[in-house]
Amino acid sequence: MTSNYNFAFLDENTKRMLRRALLKAVAIPGYQVPFGSREMPLPYGWGTGGIQLTAALLGPDDVLKVIDQGADDTTNAVNIRRFFARVAGVATTERTIEASVIQTRHRIPETPLREDQILVFQVPEPEPLRTLEPREAETRTLHALADYGLMHVKLYEDIAQYGHIATSYDYPVLVDGRFLTSPSPIPKFDNPKLDHSPALMLFGAGREKRLYAIPPYTRVESLAFEDHPFEIQRWEHQCELCGADESYLDEVVVDDLGSRMFVCSDTDYCGQRRAEQAA
Amino acid sequence: MYVAVKGGEQAITRSLQLLAEARRGDLATPELTLDQIRQQLRLGVARVMQEGSLYDEELAAMAIRQAAGDMLEAIFLLRAYRTTLRRFGYTQPLDTNAMRVHRRVSGTFKDVPGGQVLGPTYDYTQRLLEFESAATSEPVEAAEPLPDAMPRVLDLLDAEALIERIDAGTDPEPADLTREPLMFPADRATRLQNLARGDEGFLLGMAYSTQRGYAETHPFAGEIRMGEVDVLICPEELGFTIEIGSITLTECQMINQFHGGNGLPPQFTRGYGLCMGEGERKAMSMALVDRTLRCDELGEPSYAPAQNHEFVLSHSDSVEASGFVQHLKLPHYVDFQAELSLLRTLSAQHAQRARDEEVTTQETSS
Repeated sequence: MTSNYNFAFLDENTKRMLRRALLKAVAIPGYQVPFGSREMPLPYGWGTGGIQLTAALLGPDDVLKVIDQGADDTTNAVNIRRFFARVAGVATTERTIEASVIQTRHRIPETPLREDQILVFQVPEPEPLRTLEPREAETRTLHALADYGLMHVKLYEDIAQYGHIATSYDYPVLVDGRFLTSPSPIPKFDNPKLDHSPALMLFGAGREKRLYAIPPYTRVESLAFEDHPFEIQRWEHQCELCGADESYLDEVVVDDLGSRMFVCSDTDYCGQRRAEQAA
Repeated sequence: MYVAVKGGEQAITRSLQLLAEARRGDLATPELTLDQIRQQLRLGVARVMQEGSLYDEELAAMAIRQAAGDMLEAIFLLRAYRTTLRRFGYTQPLDTNAMRVHRRVSGTFKDVPGGQVLGPTYDYTQRLLEFESAATSEPVEAAEPLPDAMPRVLDLLDAEALIERIDAGTDPEPADLTREPLMFPADRATRLQNLARGDEGFLLGMAYSTQRGYAETHPFAGEIRMGEVDVLICPEELGFTIEIGSITLTECQMINQFHGGNGLPPQFTRGYGLCMGEGERKAMSMALVDRTLRCDELGEPSYAPAQNHEFVLSHSDSVEASGFVQHLKLPHYVDFQAELSLLRTLSAQHAQRARDEEVTTQETSS
């Protein structure tokens, strides 16, 4: 642990500011709370929002897990874990069940989370309406009025044009029947895990200076139409390493002839299944 | 076999070793000293201090060395360090009227009280590469010393009431953008703060666009001055003002034509630019963009990118922009996989439709 810096890098006043903003976020599920995002020693777009939330949450007894694309060993996940090991000296783990705080980019673990766990998402663009309306002043008004017509029209046009809703990740959700919310760029496969989750879900967007929350056991609906219900991705394959047929699969190109193999994106889940099979 | 995501930790360690080696270069060549960077690359140091929002030549020099001369990386290093610094107070507003001027030029009057002072400028160098190392000549004593303070050129117009008056006393307490998020609409003090931290290249491009018809503001360089300004603080426990040092600043005041509107009479208006160290290009760009962003307040038609508050202010910061553009290097294979399966579905549908249509055509033609 590097003693030149305060525990978990940020000073205590900044952590207090973050915790106040987090409390507000939990009190208004799905509402984007502006906060005084700090400049972190990792680049914007690489998890600065998530890192600030994690820094505000961590205590000395916490056990931290960091994943990117579902894997603990991807370079950016490694780097963030190294950062907290260095500036907070907390225990880290790759096991989902052992972690008290899990910071993630682009996935929700396959292993169901518990009430005593917090999932922290890294969010590149907190505003689900941004691609439809670039002006922040305008989107905040639309949220205030719960005017989500733009998004419904977009989804309708997808169906009219392609016969499908052509959004496969960062699929918009309605939190607690009120705020349209970005689940961060997780595949829509993970969206059902947001609904009535026992674990607290926190979202941090550092560059955009917004954070928001989905408190435990909150209703989270993925937008859909009665005649076009929400569906998740399915594979014709099983994981070639552990045989799982209900997990999100990554497609890996294994030679220059275009051969593919499909493996679990969640490396801990896959590893545990293989360990059980071997035992 | 399946190694794609494994070995991240070791790869990072090795990469850091390679980086350290590449940064240092040939060990037979001595390492740059901070004094060399501070003195001989002073304009680079100024830019890093300015956009890094931290006036410390030594730290800026250290950042430039650590970043191997990549200014944006050096700015990022300084910003990240700045986050950890404790605030022990706020200075009094700097008085640039009392600047000890090293350079001061005006494009609006042939001569001004205090004179035109070129100072150390690249403006009239002939941009010929000097193959021999820079010759140092003996310093020459000026015929008469520069006055301690020079009146502002724009104040001359103010006496005639030809230029808008801005009463500093009515300025609201500015927000601190490094502590509070940028919200829209943003007031002028907040906008100026954002521009001051903004990327020089971005502001230069924005300013240039206003000169080429995307929001014409008819600017004149009323005054550009560079020199030292005292920094004063008034500690609560003392109750009186003390000087804690002085910093070099470049200030630019643009004068812009205004034919009246929004209830205001025809008059000249101001665009303002200020930066730490010598940074004339940045200060001038900032002044042009500042004036352009005042379009709503002055009732000017707003159509150009440089007039759009959200467009300019949300994209001016190099640390934000550089991080987000380069985050595309990070793995996105989960999302890419999601897109792949969607595209496969759509493409299969498309092929099916094409086959169906072919069958229908054959049936009708037979």
